[in-house]
Amino acid sequence: MYPADLRYDKEHEWVKVDGDVATIGISDFAQEQLGEVVYVDLPSVGDPVTRGESFGEIESVKSVSELFAPVSGEVVEVNPELQDTPEVINQDSYGVGWMIKVKMSDPGELDELMTAKDYESFVAQEA
Amino acid sequence: MRFIPVTCEQQESMLRAIGARDIDELFEDIPKSVRLKTGVSLARGLSEIELAAELEALSAENATHLVSFLGGGCYDHYIPAIVDAVVSKPAFFTAYTPYQPEVSQGTLQATYEYQSMVCALTGMDVANASVYDGATALVEAALMAARVTKRHSVVVSEGVHPEWRDVLRTYAASGAISVVECPAPDGCIDLDALRSSVVDAAAVLVSCPSFLGTVEDLASVGEIAHEAGALCVVSADPVLLGIMEPPSSFGADIVVGEGQSLGNPMSYGGPGLGLFACRQEFLRQMPGRIVGRTVDVDGRPGFVLTMQTREQHIRRERATSNICSNHSLNAIAAGVYLAAVGQEGLAGIASACVAKAHYLHDALVRTGAFSPANGRPFGYEFALRYEGDVRAMQEALLDRGYLAGLDLSRFGERYSGMVLFAVTEKRTRAQMDAFVEEVVSL
Amino acid sequence: MSQGTRPPLTGRLIFESGTPESRCVTPPEPDVPDVDMDAALGGMLRREAPALPHVTEVEIARHYERLASANFGVDTGFYPLGSCTMKYNPKIDEWACRLDGFADAHPYQPEVTVQGLLHLMYDLQSALGEVSGLPAVSLQPAAGAHGELTGLMVIRAYHVAMGDARKRVIIPDSAHGTNPATVAMCGYEVTQVPSDARGGVDLDGLRAALGPDVAAIMLTNPNTLGLFDENICAITQLVHEAGALAYCDGANLNAIMGHARPGDLGFDVMHINLHKTFATPHGGGGPGAGPVCVAPALAEFLPSPVVVRDGEGEYHLHTPEKTIGRVRSFLGNVGVLVRAYSYIRALGGDGLKDVSEQAVLSANYLAQRLRGEYELPYDRRCMHEFVLSAERQRKEHGVRTLDIAKRLLDYGIHPPTVYFPLIVHEAMMIEPTETESLETLDRFADVMLAIAEEAKSDPEMLHGAPYSTPVRRLDEARAAREPDLAWKPMRDGAL
Repeated sequence: MYPADLRYDKEHEWVKVDGDVATIGISDFAQEQLGEVVYVDLPSVGDPVTRGESFGEIESVKSVSELFAPVSGEVVEVNPELQDTPEVINQDSYGVGWMIKVKMSDPGELDELMTAKDYESFVAQEA
Repeated sequence: MRFIPVTCEQQESMLRAIGARDIDELFEDIPKSVRLKTGVSLARGLSEIELAAELEALSAENATHLVSFLGGGCYDHYIPAIVDAVVSKPAFFTAYTPYQPEVSQGTLQATYEYQSMVCALTGMDVANASVYDGATALVEAALMAARVTKRHSVVVSEGVHPEWRDVLRTYAASGAISVVECPAPDGCIDLDALRSSVVDAAAVLVSCPSFLGTVEDLASVGEIAHEAGALCVVSADPVLLGIMEPPSSFGADIVVGEGQSLGNPMSYGGPGLGLFACRQEFLRQMPGRIVGRTVDVDGRPGFVLTMQTREQHIRRERATSNICSNHSLNAIAAGVYLAAVGQEGLAGIASACVAKAHYLHDALVRTGAFSPANGRPFGYEFALRYEGDVRAMQEALLDRGYLAGLDLSRFGERYSGMVLFAVTEKRTRAQMDAFVEEVVSL
Repeated sequence: MSQGTRPPLTGRLIFESGTPESRCVTPPEPDVPDVDMDAALGGMLRREAPALPHVTEVEIARHYERLASANFGVDTGFYPLGSCTMKYNPKIDEWACRLDGFADAHPYQPEVTVQGLLHLMYDLQSALGEVSGLPAVSLQPAAGAHGELTGLMVIRAYHVAMGDARKRVIIPDSAHGTNPATVAMCGYEVTQVPSDARGGVDLDGLRAALGPDVAAIMLTNPNTLGLFDENICAITQLVHEAGALAYCDGANLNAIMGHARPGDLGFDVMHINLHKTFATPHGGGGPGAGPVCVAPALAEFLPSPVVVRDGEGEYHLHTPEKTIGRVRSFLGNVGVLVRAYSYIRALGGDGLKDVSEQAVLSANYLAQRLRGEYELPYDRRCMHEFVLSAERQRKEHGVRTLDIAKRLLDYGIHPPTVYFPLIVHEAMMIEPTETESLETLDRFADVMLAIAEEAKSDPEMLHGAPYSTPVRRLDEARAAREPDLAWKPMRDGAL
């Protein structure tokens, strides 16, 4: 449920690192809590994001939640699938349901994120 | 007890069941010092017979059988009998907001059909389930344009109804938007003045026809607004849209309007019906309820409230508006009305209004007592300048059974001597001829 | 629910009925000379007719009858929708608002020609002032949320007149969503204060939140938990000491009418939902009316116009001296206001007191009957409504509040308000109102207990409910993902 090669933050985003680019999405726990995702509002390529600050919104039928950036940097890619088929976040939140790719400005921030194991116990506490 | 079916004996047993001595004990959380000893001081309740008599007497103290040429945002159109037959159905009027769609398909489908008709009339892609009235629809459009463009000021034509502009100013006092008024000498916005005031504006707000009944050059307004990066917001008359090119053809981004004319009684100005429609791309910034079509678990078609994440019960202080209702019953009435008249009927009614208004306009000008206030094209409402004392003229004609238009001086000095006449399909040639004769005899 | 005699619901739209030749209402024969429409309209004659239906009257009648039969209203059955006060709507009120002296009056008629109507409005203002204890009244706001906004604008205008608009408005965490939305719309920031263990405002939290930049507190009392805040006088005093004003959201006035007046509790401003407390019909979501009542010191800020009576006993529209301006066109939702007046006259002062007594008694009775099987998170005497939690059903049987609500539909009962207030998990907010018989209350309790049993014996069945309604659970995700918000002839077939 929580892939070991990812890092996680307390707002339930995950990060996958490839060089200085971080791919960001939300965890399986988060999509489960949200229910059926109907809309995602994401930044555009070139926009800056800051760790701990909102980079977008995700909506289910009767809720709206902010998405918080786990790392800082510049958006280099946005998942084009999510505009028309946001439900892929429910189906595969770690794969086709990824949200944005960020060129990190401070890779040191990664150290502040949780490992899969830590995140799993964090989630267990929250639930 | 009136409307309370529980008997005294049952009250006793209920009190016993909850372990309370008496009713008073239920109110013990209210501090003693502020509890009313003897209730509120209002007169005793009336039997239905007494009440009906009182209400009839109060109703009779209003003169509502006069031959009326009053408009100014509220119009005496004919209401087909089928409209009240539908909105008098308790299943419609005693229901609340359709939060439980499984048992609210009536309200929901009727509202979806209403939204479809508003789209058809205005030429826009999407419409909401209505807001309170035309004035608040205009304000919501201004606030929406500010969200869409991330700009702060809106330019409003002085050809927009003075009361609507007043409402806009009231809302703007909270700081969400600032309002710039653009001159409109004949009711139509001064395009040069618009060009210079539209810089950095979120929206240009115009009314077509204007408050003075005149037809606005929407194409130019839309072009100027868009060149400056502002949205073009048009208030339209839904009856005239039966024969007038819709605002969408001229680049309108948001269309609002007062929908009272569509099957709703004047009722001294309320409830009205706030029409609100916009382009698809702005859907997520649209305020108010929206009904959408979907299917149920068995695949049957059905309707639900949708796009609710825009609204206050979910987004709270970040909602698109604080509105938590719509004028649902008025919207249903409008839907029934538009179904009843259909496209040919609406065109026929609108044409009749325009033809009769032009007939009266020309006849009044021919008397010599009136002259045109402007030479602009108009729909079924027009302003004339009266040569004498307007108040005396209106009082004299009131004595003879006429509501002789609206004295525009109530909206300021600049309108002094001007009278606004509205003529709906209900006025007959005979009534107008008799009225003109009375004018001549003054 | 029997399917036998009900016209089937097919989703067929009014646009899909009739033929291109079908007509219902036709315009009168022209009696004036034709005019060149395109010229008259400045060259703006419509090129393509709007896609409106072509139907005969009988098709309209049957269409809407079919839709009506798929709707649930107060006249259909029990409608314990918490915080909405779905009481019976007396039919005399419907008759009254349709009297031609009211329905056919034009808002710009000379005042001398509408003295009866203005008289009625004046008396309604007075009655609402008396019930609220806040004697200056504006009838203009069109709804509760509109009243909130108007009231807050009055408060802002007052502070501006005092030299500083201030920045924040305090709201408890149990507040209805319109409160924070209204605060934002009025240009203020929301400061949320927590509820205490008894469901009231946490006084320490309030003290911490108050400051010189606070403009007001917005409180619903009784609150959305159906509880009367016993500390209300202390709260309004603390607020006043900070130079702020106290706003009462009148959503729950039905509980205390005739027993306490918000003005006497220290509130400065309140709105009243006439479609709740004063029995005007909800109309499927509106029109309602949300008059605003204020203390004498705020009277001059009320929106324009208000109705006044002169020395001769004549009635006039009046613009208050420091008015915030208009908040909508014309006087107000007169059609709704006439109904409320009729209701107040039918009941009189004593009748209104009886109303709140029975409303409170009925709510407490239901709470007592249901507290065994369902959790009652704030276990104390309630006012006119109470909040249950289905947390036990969720934990033990995987049955959620939504399932219970949907199952109620199969029993012919409208569900309570669900998942509100937000501070209670799996909330069900139940407001029986005074207009329900003991038999109806008992049946509701029996059904709720039966559903609690079903949750234990057959939770799967509850997940699929309802089964007997015109349609079953609808795909709301699809509705939001692929918005189909209007019938379009191009897409859905030519006319």
